[in-house]
Amino acid sequence: MIIPGFPDAQPIQGLVGGLMIGLSAAIMLLGAGRIAGVSGVLARATGIAKSSMPRSMSIYFVVGLVLGGLAFALAFGPVAASYPPSLSLLAAAGLIVGIGTRLGSGCTSGHGVCGLSRLSRRSVVATATFMVSGIVTVAVVNALGGGW
Amino acid sequence: MKNLIGLVSGLIFGIGLTLSGMTDPSRVRGFLDLFGDWDPTLAFVMGGAILVMGPAWLIQRRMAQPLGDSAFHLPGTQNLDGKLIGGAALFGIGWGLGGLCPGPAVAALGTAPLAAGVFVIAMLAGMMVHSWAIDRM
Repeated sequence: MIIPGFPDAQPIQGLVGGLMIGLSAAIMLLGAGRIAGVSGVLARATGIAKSSMPRSMSIYFVVGLVLGGLAFALAFGPVAASYPPSLSLLAAAGLIVGIGTRLGSGCTSGHGVCGLSRLSRRSVVATATFMVSGIVTVAVVNALGGGW
Repeated sequence: MKNLIGLVSGLIFGIGLTLSGMTDPSRVRGFLDLFGDWDPTLAFVMGGAILVMGPAWLIQRRMAQPLGDSAFHLPGTQNLDGKLIGGAALFGIGWGLGGLCPGPAVAALGTAPLAAGVFVIAMLAGMMVHSWAIDRM
């Protein structure tokens, strides 16, 4: 399906993938009583932060996440992806994301999916903040001629 | 049981992220390029996820305990502070620079090991910086 004016958008794949992400978060919530927030689970799995989640469970989640990406590629072929042109830019972005997600107690999954759907005040504010901040960042990078 | 829930939840999450194109940084960047060549796909992803999670929260309210544990372990903080807003603002900057957030970066470790690996290692370093430096203040 093509949305008029947005020939590159993939609304069906996006929606179905999104439903699966919601299902995953619902299994985590109703099955284990916890938030499927990737930054928090990753910090727990690597031992960087403590949380109520048992460490083994957090490791299983992270392993599942990697295997899920691999399983998709095995079933449907190579995954289209274009990355920023330089690894140092990726490293800088990763460093900032690491500090920011810990300081702000969550990322797109914890705040954006689990928190928004719970109508959590903190998550609504956090999601609005990182959306605006991301949009401004891309606009500034483009204006400086650094778009990719 | 908890480990199985973790594994299954992670697997479905990873497949969903990859199917939806969120492991492609240029597509995520396209969503944030609101004033340029905007790609609305990410809005469909979040919409789809919330479509399932909204009812899940309604079910959660009627449950005394989750299916595989004796109690719910959910965040109860309500206050809006500088840490939350500053952290989210920082996260958005990194998200816009690299086109990656934590979930897709980890889900891409198997399919784009070099680029996703560099991002994830730097992200873990950032998390360590936070727990050593900022969290102590």
